[in-house]
Amino acid sequence: MLKVHRDICGYCGCCVSVCKEGALELIDAYLSVEENCTSCGVCAKVCPLGALEVVHEKQV
Amino acid sequence: MKSRYDVLVIGGGPAGALAAQTAVEKGLSACIVEKRPAIGSPVRCAEGIGKEALTEFIDPDPTWISAEMTGATIVAPDGFVMQLSSKMAGGKVGYVLDRKIFDRELVWRAADAGADVAVKSRAAAPIMENGVVKGAKIDHAGKMTSVRAEVVIAADGVESKFAKWCGIDTTVPVREIMSGVQYVMTGIDIDPESTVFYLGNEVAPEGYLWVFPKGPKSANVGIGISGKKSGEGHRAKDYLDKYVKKTFPKGKTIEYIPGGVSVCRPLECTVADGLMLTGDAARVVDPLTGGGIYNAMFTGKLAAQTAADCIGKGDVSKKALMAYDKAWRASKMGKTIDRNYHIKEYLIKQPDEKLNEIIHSVSKIDMTEFTTLNLVKEIIRVNPKLVLELGALAASLR
Ligand SMILES: Cc1cc2nc3c(=O)[nH]c(=O)nc-3n(C[C@H](O)[C@H](O)[C@H](O)COP(=O)(O)OP(=O)(O)OC[C@H]3O[C@@H](n4cnc5c(N)ncnc54)[C@H](O)[C@@H]3O)c2cc1C
Ligand code: SF4
Ligand code: SF4
Repeated sequence: MLKVHRDICGYCGCCVSVCKEGALELIDAYLSVEENCTSCGVCAKVCPLGALEVVHEKQV
Repeated sequence: MKSRYDVLVIGGGPAGALAAQTAVEKGLSACIVEKRPAIGSPVRCAEGIGKEALTEFIDPDPTWISAEMTGATIVAPDGFVMQLSSKMAGGKVGYVLDRKIFDRELVWRAADAGADVAVKSRAAAPIMENGVVKGAKIDHAGKMTSVRAEVVIAADGVESKFAKWCGIDTTVPVREIMSGVQYVMTGIDIDPESTVFYLGNEVAPEGYLWVFPKGPKSANVGIGISGKKSGEGHRAKDYLDKYVKKTFPKGKTIEYIPGGVSVCRPLECTVADGLMLTGDAARVVDPLTGGGIYNAMFTGKLAAQTAADCIGKGDVSKKALMAYDKAWRASKMGKTIDRNYHIKEYLIKQPDEKLNEIIHSVSKIDMTEFTTLNLVKEIIRVNPKLVLELGALAASLR
């Protein structure tokens, strides 16, 4: 599952552009994650601030 | 906002503003929908633009220009400095804009020309009929309305979703997204008339770090690194913090700006039935510099011109709209993107030693025309060896 650390996120949309599933959308200052996210982690890698994290179910 | 327009423009950045203004000037009805509550804010940009590029669209106005540049400086990985200046004495080569005001001015002009504008209005889905784009569902401050249009111009920036919803793959490859952060800093010692670019794998892997003056003691201090090189503990912000701590320990940050910019090839096709893609949404950023303001304005204007022709002829099919795709590719902008893509691909593969060697070869260049092309030409002139390495690319530069 993809976790958005909203205290860190600066709502820039960099992550949205690399998600091939189209699972992210920037709704003004709110990054939304859709159900079709595969937890591939690509978005978490490119985020300039480190606001995204793939967490495994057990950790939730 | 009405329920029907000739042209519906999604996004109120430079691409969308120029598209809407041009459409109404051509006698069409047009509306810009912008999801943010304010045009131009928050800024996701270092705000640099060349003088020639800007004046092609708008006369410089001090209300939205932060600083005028007379030169540029490139710092090699080993700290060696290359100075670029204009041959024209006192010549202005470029500007650092105030994009909050600049973007607003562009939208203002579109509105004054007759375009409708709706803010806090997000395109939430396309209206499609038999595979043809016929408009968009707009979420206007929580209320969903349908807006139909002959042509939809998607100018929705790096975070573009509209084309994806219409079935076009706009995904930027990880290695070709510039992951960036910028601080607007004040109270720092800088050369207020020169932009500075730092290269090197320690400073900014497969990207660069910049200092773009905004005033005598303030600047946009930012960095872009390849998405491929980004990760926990070595993100754009980590690199920038390291630089700022060392170089401007007493500086104050008055704005904090993350952002992404694509440095990939443009989309394979930038039109579909009833749909045109412009600016960052079309991935037409200059891959070498990451500059996209000019390209956004250029494609926005061109798209609306083509839309007007096609609407006039009653044919907004992909085939008809292809005239736009062909025209921007054949333009100077299209050719520059193509050439600079190859130069970028060459440069990012070079180790620091090689970059040092290249930059050491010229410590001062006086350019008649201030362009990356002229810089590259000069570098090649003094490094004849590069001609072999660059192969066909070098030949194309002459
Ligand atoms: C850190 C950084 C530094 C940069 N530095 C420079 C530079 O120095 N010089 C330069 O030339 N370029 C620079 N760029 C690139 C430049 O900012 C962009 O190329 C330019 O803003 C593109 O304009 P645009 O109109 O295509 O998109 P944008 O300016 O991004 O505008 C798109 C608009 O669409 C809106 N939108 C998105 N989705 C929707 C939707 N569904 N519904 C309604 N509205 C929507 C957005 O809110 C946004 O306002 C930089 C980029 C970054 C990230
Ligand atoms: S890239 Fe990071 S900071 Fe930018 S919107 Fe995505 S999660 Fe937020
Ligand atoms: S984890 Fe992968 S699929 Fe999920 S939002 Fe990020 S990039 Fe998209």
